[in-house]
Amino acid sequence: MQIHDKPHQHSHSYGAYILVWLALMALTAITVAVAGMDIGRFTVATALIIASFKAYLVLTVFMHLRSETKSFVIFVIVALLFLGISFVLLFSDYSFH
Amino acid sequence: MSSTEHIAGTHVHRDDVGSRMGMWLFLFTELILFGGMFLLYSVYRFQYADEFHLAAKELNTIMGAFNTAVLLTSSLTMVLAIIAIQRDQKALSILLQVITIFLALFFLVNKYFEWTAKFHHGIYPGSEQLLSKSSGEILFFGLYYVMTGLHGIHVIVGMFLIAVMTRMTRKDIITKDSYVRLENAGLYWHLVDIIWIFLFPLFYLIT
Repeated sequence: MQIHDKPHQHSHSYGAYILVWLALMALTAITVAVAGMDIGRFTVATALIIASFKAYLVLTVFMHLRSETKSFVIFVIVALLFLGISFVLLFSDYSFH
Repeated sequence: MSSTEHIAGTHVHRDDVGSRMGMWLFLFTELILFGGMFLLYSVYRFQYADEFHLAAKELNTIMGAFNTAVLLTSSLTMVLAIIAIQRDQKALSILLQVITIFLALFFLVNKYFEWTAKFHHGIYPGSEQLLSKSSGEILFFGLYYVMTGLHGIHVIVGMFLIAVMTRMTRKDIITKDSYVRLENAGLYWHLVDIIWIFLFPLFYLIT
């Protein structure tokens, strides 16, 4: 009658998720504010760094990557690595044309 | 890793970890699908930097930011729906799932108004006014319609997926002890959110 290995229990409470949501909203406000300023070529970099951090929060907290086994994390890193390789190869090809 | 339940003599095989792993693998194919488009975007942005800046002025930043907030909030309600079912709060979980669906619908309604406003200004693929612009601007709007359009299709799919989950929760197929389907629908929904997190600054914030 015993149920083994129940779906993994996340230790997060409602409050923790709401905090992360507030952080995501704040980051959105910051990225809009920064885009309004004139910081030249750093504009794109700043926007992408903020977006990456937001994506990191969604991946680790909302998508529970933090509480999954290591193999999940390795999978995600490999997938992102291949996307990264595509970008590097594309731009190295593009810049030599 | 696999879990086996013995309830009143029945023998149920279940592998929640494998199930989620399968969902993640699917999400990687989505990453490559959108990744290819982001590649295309980055090269053209590099090549036509000034035209992209000019074209992006046509987009409504406030509308974009608002829609970002809507999607982020829908991600929150989705994850809370999972917590609710884990705590055996069925009614609350259903309510949160329904709110998620309505937020998704709200996002699409905003998108609809955004697109129709563009159409009224004569900016749509193949329009005379668009074709009279520089090639960089044509590319910008081409990418804008394809990428936000494909994202929009994902939002519609996500809505239907969550609606099915709501029905399953109502019928006690998704319960406190078996909610991996809801988790997988959530994973899909969060991916849709992540894609928008990148689409928003790349299209709306480059002016």
